[in-house]
Amino acid sequence: MACIEARGLRKAFGTTIAVDGINLRVEEGRILGLIGPNGAGKTTALNAILGLTPYQGELRVLGRDPWTEREKLMRDACFIADVAVLPRWMRVWQALDYFAGVHPRFDRAKAEGFLAKTTIGRASKVRELSKGMVAQMHLALVMAVDAKLLVLDEPTLGLDILYRKQFYDSLLNDYFDRSRTIVVTTHQVEEIQDVLTDVMFINRGRIVFDCSMEEFETRYLEVMVNPEQIAAARALKPIHERQVFGRSILLFDRVERQQLAALGDVRTPSIADLFVAVLSNQSGAAQGGAR
Amino acid sequence: MSTPSNSASGSPLESQVTAPAVITASRRMYWSVRRELWESRSIYIAPLAAAAVSLFGFLTALTFSPVHRHQPLDVPYEFAAALIMGTGFIVGIFYSLDALYGERRDRSILFWKSLPVSDLTTVLSKFAIPLIILPLLSFGITIVTQFVMLLLSSVVLLGSGLSVGTLGARMSFFHMSLMLLYHILTVHGLWYAPLYGWLLLVSAWAPRAPFIWAFLPPFVIWGVERIAFRTSHFLGMLQYRLTGPEPSASTARRGNLMEMMSALTPLQFFSTPGLWVGLAVAAIFLTAAVRLRRYREPI
Repeated sequence: MACIEARGLRKAFGTTIAVDGINLRVEEGRILGLIGPNGAGKTTALNAILGLTPYQGELRVLGRDPWTEREKLMRDACFIADVAVLPRWMRVWQALDYFAGVHPRFDRAKAEGFLAKTTIGRASKVRELSKGMVAQMHLALVMAVDAKLLVLDEPTLGLDILYRKQFYDSLLNDYFDRSRTIVVTTHQVEEIQDVLTDVMFINRGRIVFDCSMEEFETRYLEVMVNPEQIAAARALKPIHERQVFGRSILLFDRVERQQLAALGDVRTPSIADLFVAVLSNQSGAAQGGAR
Repeated sequence: MSTPSNSASGSPLESQVTAPAVITASRRMYWSVRRELWESRSIYIAPLAAAAVSLFGFLTALTFSPVHRHQPLDVPYEFAAALIMGTGFIVGIFYSLDALYGERRDRSILFWKSLPVSDLTTVLSKFAIPLIILPLLSFGITIVTQFVMLLLSSVVLLGSGLSVGTLGARMSFFHMSLMLLYHILTVHGLWYAPLYGWLLLVSAWAPRAPFIWAFLPPFVIWGVERIAFRTSHFLGMLQYRLTGPEPSASTARRGNLMEMMSALTPLQFFSTPGLWVGLAVAAIFLTAAVRLRRYREPI
């Protein structure tokens, strides 16, 4: 059984279509990065997956319909919707007590262990903590839940680099095992490139790119082309070309590494570069189609 | 107040293999109510403050105006009860208005919804505060306050040579407490249920300013009815709801609101159609609030 399975998932707000018929299948044990520009429909899609918003189409999360079975789903799924949604009046011990009180899969000792690694005091109120500490606290709570699915929607927005790094490190080292599934959206794509097992680009409510990181690394290559070989390089049909310090960097899809090595320095592109390439090609194609 | 709980027992390895704990519906409800008390501390602070004020006033009266010692002493007792319960009622109104609005405003609804607690449990736990928790709390605080007042005046009376027994007879403390409990459970709990239901519904729905949305519609209905039909049935209905079921003429002698509202015997009270209509209306409001919360997102 797939962890998340969507067919023709659609959601409109009035005349604005936020999610436009998404087909999606996330297997167990994957870490999927959902990447998209602002307003692409990422959060709406995640909200549908988490049972926070009604939708059209078919959607099963851990075998359940999230909209009608949110309460049951939340026993096996966890999410951090945003930084700073922890209630500001809450004290750390209250959060621990409450989780232990209502969540069947919460392991209090584990949460206390995670918190012990931070400087967060047991009696602190959320409002007294810095943004980074609130994120640490929320992560400690969520990681102590033995969930099958964890959804993170911009969990590190507005945090400094140290907290961001720490966040993903502890997620990988202390939480992730092959039986859990994690779905994460973020704008800091570079930082999670090594974390992900799969990547998906979403734009204007549609999935425009979907691939595993293994495939990504074998398929896509980036070459900083020597100026005298630029014509030869362009003949290989790069999917994108950009200029850095006066030199051309060309992005290729499914071109032999040896062939490219002759043209300049070859390396694996970053997800961000591929994202820009895919999106600019797409908008170019869309404009071409419109004419 | 942090409970160490199971942190001492069980290594991380052990805890990994333990089966998920069984969380009963009543346990979820208990923790949901508990978290309301953590969040809105005015639920118990305000009645306590009212109690402190009454005690202070009573003490001042005992100390500085000896005349009071020979007056019927149940007047300050009833006043203390009215003050504490009135405070509880007002707290209940403001609490209900903010209950489902505040969590959307501060976005914490996203946190609450990430936990396996249904919208029904959440709304019912919030409804339980003005319906059960506040009345019982006010009752408890009132009883303790009155008891302290009784002790204080006994000390003063002993000092002045009067027998305490006459005071006890006059007061019939036990009888008064029972009356109070009956009043608080029937009127503040059951009779006012549709009022709290309405406030919770507005609080779940209002895009902003729940206070205005709660009080404007009744005002508009009253105005429209007055202009269009030159009647005021709606106002009468509201008054009926606020003042409680009609007492019989004989029991209304003292003009005390609490006495008036408690004047009905349980049989009379539970056979008042207004009670059941009110409870049905409350159920409708609550159902709507539960449904709304399911659809609601942060504002």
